[in-house]
Amino acid sequence: MAKRSNEPFLWSLFSSGGMIAALMFPVLLFLFGLAFPLGWLEAPSYERLLSLVRYWPVRLVLFGLCSLPLFHGAHRFRFTLYDGLQIKHLNELIAVFCYGSAIAGTVLAAYILWNIP
Amino acid sequence: MKATHVYTPYRPKWYRKRVSTWWWTQQWRSFKFILRELSSVAVGYCGAILLVLLWSLTQGPEAYATFQSWLKTPLFIVMSLIAFGFVLYHSITWFNLAPKAMPVRVGGKRLPEWMVAAPNYGAWIAISAVVVWFLLGGK
Repeated sequence: MAKRSNEPFLWSLFSSGGMIAALMFPVLLFLFGLAFPLGWLEAPSYERLLSLVRYWPVRLVLFGLCSLPLFHGAHRFRFTLYDGLQIKHLNELIAVFCYGSAIAGTVLAAYILWNIP
Repeated sequence: MKATHVYTPYRPKWYRKRVSTWWWTQQWRSFKFILRELSSVAVGYCGAILLVLLWSLTQGPEAYATFQSWLKTPLFIVMSLIAFGFVLYHSITWFNLAPKAMPVRVGGKRLPEWMVAAPNYGAWIAISAVVVWFLLGGK
């Protein structure tokens, strides 16, 4: 029997993360990275954000938002190095680094969201 | 010569031209492909910013203020601007990919690509509006 590949599993994380990133990252980065710091729009207060993230549905969305796109980015970045820069001899190391960071980010997101006061 | 026959798999060394590391700069198409793939760095940047923002919320108002003052520094403004361009590019290429990955057929005919991609753009606008409303609306 052929060895089962875990590629399909990684690909499902890749595609769902890609969709979430495509739908929500532009607006979030525009607001928090450009519009608020440059004063185009008034940033929401600490209290407002805190009361928002206290809702469990919001936390669940935020967890998906923090975790899945990280896997998407990790998968894509891994193959960018593989195909683009042709770093093929370091394949394993790069895979561990990429997916490892995504897993670390996921654990961190779970920890932070669980411990919101 | 050996008396017994030993099977050795025939492994010819193929002649392969070495591809330059910079192969993707030769053609606009492949350059766009690498740009699209590099959007993964911007996605990682967004994820990291989001994590730090959430972390600052657990630490109190001072931490949130520090987070905001970081993002006001020129370095972060420039990085955010570049990353914003990349995530926009990611969104557009991602939405346009859907009709190619999943061709929809109605009555045996393939729907035009824009009709499959359009709901993605609709969802994009709707979700962005909801996010803005959650963060800024109803003051």
